Amino acid sequence: MAKRVAIVGTGQTFHKSHRPDVNGQELINEAVMRALQDADLKMKDIDAIVIGNMDHFEGINYVDCWSVDGSGGTMKPIIKLTTGGTTGCTVAIGGYHLVGSGMFDRVLIIGWEKNSESDTTGAITTAFDPIWDRQVFAGAISGLAAEAQAYIARYGATDRDGARVSVRDRKHAMNNPHAQLRKEVTLEEVLASPMLADPIHLLDVCPRTDGACAVIMASEDVAEKICPKPDWIWGTAVRHSYSYLGDADYGRLTSMREGSQEMFKKAGIREPRKELDVIELYQPYSFGGLIWIEDMGVVGPGEAPQYIWDGNTDMGGELPINPSGGVIATNPIGATGLIRCAEAAMQVMGKAEGRQVPDVNFAFSSGFGGCWWTDMILHGKKKPN
Amino acid sequence: MDRAAIIGVGMTKIEKNKVRDTFADMAWEAVNKALDDAGMTIDDIDNVVTTSSDFWDGRTISCMAVGDASGAAHKNVSCVEGDGTYGAFYGMTRSLSGSYKTTLVTGHSKGSQSVSSLITNSAFDPIYERGLGMDMVTACAMQANAYMHRTGTTPEQMAMVSVKNHGNALKNPLAQLPMKLTVSDVLKSEMIADPLHKLDCSPVSDGCAAVIIAHESVASKFKQKPVWLKGVSFCADSFFFGDRDISRAKSLTEAAKKAYAMAGITDPKKEIDVAEVYDAFTYQELMWLEEMGLADDATAGKLLEKGEFNMDGRLPVNASGGLLSGHPVIAAGLYGMAAVARQIRGDAGGFQVIKAKTGLVHGVNGLGGQSHCVWIMGKDK
Repeated sequence: MAKRVAIVGTGQTFHKSHRPDVNGQELINEAVMRALQDADLKMKDIDAIVIGNMDHFEGINYVDCWSVDGSGGTMKPIIKLTTGGTTGCTVAIGGYHLVGSGMFDRVLIIGWEKNSESDTTGAITTAFDPIWDRQVFAGAISGLAAEAQAYIARYGATDRDGARVSVRDRKHAMNNPHAQLRKEVTLEEVLASPMLADPIHLLDVCPRTDGACAVIMASEDVAEKICPKPDWIWGTAVRHSYSYLGDADYGRLTSMREGSQEMFKKAGIREPRKELDVIELYQPYSFGGLIWIEDMGVVGPGEAPQYIWDGNTDMGGELPINPSGGVIATNPIGATGLIRCAEAAMQVMGKAEGRQVPDVNFAFSSGFGGCWWTDMILHGKKKPN
Repeated sequence: MDRAAIIGVGMTKIEKNKVRDTFADMAWEAVNKALDDAGMTIDDIDNVVTTSSDFWDGRTISCMAVGDASGAAHKNVSCVEGDGTYGAFYGMTRSLSGSYKTTLVTGHSKGSQSVSSLITNSAFDPIYERGLGMDMVTACAMQANAYMHRTGTTPEQMAMVSVKNHGNALKNPLAQLPMKLTVSDVLKSEMIADPLHKLDCSPVSDGCAAVIIAHESVASKFKQKPVWLKGVSFCADSFFFGDRDISRAKSLTEAAKKAYAMAGITDPKKEIDVAEVYDAFTYQELMWLEEMGLADDATAGKLLEKGEFNMDGRLPVNASGGLLSGHPVIAAGLYGMAAVARQIRGDAGGFQVIKAKTGLVHGVNGLGGQSHCVWIMGKDK
């Protein structure tokens, strides 16, 4: 019989643009030690490890093997999953299946990245087909700009609507001691910041970050013994349908639409706007915060700008989004999706401290990759049926 | 825990250079062969796990290159980086976790487009080891020396592994290097890194393999006989060579012990009928057999001389020809699983062994076998 799965502990580094004081294994170890401490477990209690990052950023091959001094994987099962920007959410979903299968009771999940050691755009460019796509691919920002332009053209949104999302996330980051960028900005400052790729300004996008995150998942047989109020995983969904330029419907995130419809249906969520209490969205740039919540079904097509201007997604609003400050404040890529998962879990477990949303019954976390891929997890306070 | 089974396998021919095929072309071929083998269509597949390596493929997000060809569009999908045996492991958990019933697992690589020495050099510590010029071949040459020193295994015994496996490949139409060799041919071949001659080393290869894993509730629903996944475990040793005894593989001993226990095997020497073991180099077949308890310590070379690991021996090892006869890294473990699945089904063709009720497949990640995965597969649930 399949087992129900819960998150019983989380840990993350204090994220920074550059961590010359630690190597990769040491960075990983900081997150692992904090997660073990949070769950009050020892390394010997861990049955298996799932780890992920993007290889070409640090240039380390066989990261599962290399990392063991930091991850605690020596003489344990350790497996590497990697799916680009979605990696952090992918490893969390991996942990879910490892525990859910009944093979392991306690699984440690690690996402990490030391972006300061990378040529990020150089590495990402190699993701695309060498013959057809690579010559015209100009890094992650250009693709996002194309999406934002298509959305603006279809729905009449403006760059002010995008800037409003950035103002929100940067304000929220003030409550999160782990966030890299903790500085409030005004709408005017966002719009006056350098234009990177029209309509995306510098302050609309995420930084590059050194950081790691660790999450411990446990089966229903042991979860509540480890943590009296764990975060139960209600469902997961993934869509990686894009392979070539042109596979995307620019201006809409079909991977989010298909995935969230599948996941909400399985979990019996009919009105995500009313039934979800908080969202940790892998949103590396502001316009994604408009487009993607429409595809998630929170509001209808073209309705996100007004919904956000009305303060519904701010702390204290109807459905707070990114209480942690989100990806715009912190982006250690291989860890980013797992940080969303950890932050959502902390909200459900009531451990989010200064960024806690009251009475969270359901939380949503996601991962996004530069090829229009989306991974997602539904978290709940109640044990699933 | 519920059970899962392999209900379909498909492989491309392993070749030196598939100059006409992209990664996606290879995946398309292997996946369609696996679906045909299982009597399924892609609509019968609930979810997909691809296995690839950004380093071996020279592509960030290497799974993107094969997602569409593997039929993953509009399905749940993930990617394991490492040997195919690990990809299959994740695929199995996804068939058992209550989320999906059928998982398609693929693994691919094109050695012809890779520079093995640079890629495996990147697996070493960037500060202390890479600058020494270490790569997989030099690391394994050190390991071979350590193993020979500890066990007294001779170069002739190692050469016999090459003779046996290339000979077995004569019966496997998918193998890259079917060859009738003598011990002297191996010992006279070019010295690559002492004590490893060219014919002690597996070749550079291109290939893709696909395996379909089903939850027990649907394992008999399709046309193929299910091959039951009875036991599996994997384990990683220390990273730095100085932190381990490289003449040993204690993580393999541990993984094998757990896989045997899960499968209810108490005497592996008697109960395992057929094995596909990760023979990237000749000495490794002997060393891994000992570390898995399929031969007593320091005896595998002598047992090989007696013919125990031949096609008609006590335990046929690498009846398919093994990796010495074709080594598409990453895909390798899935080729092994597919070969043993066919042995157990009784349709391995020319390399069918006489008795194949219970089989073992072994996969490796990392340098000199830092991490090992062991599968036990069987005819009976």
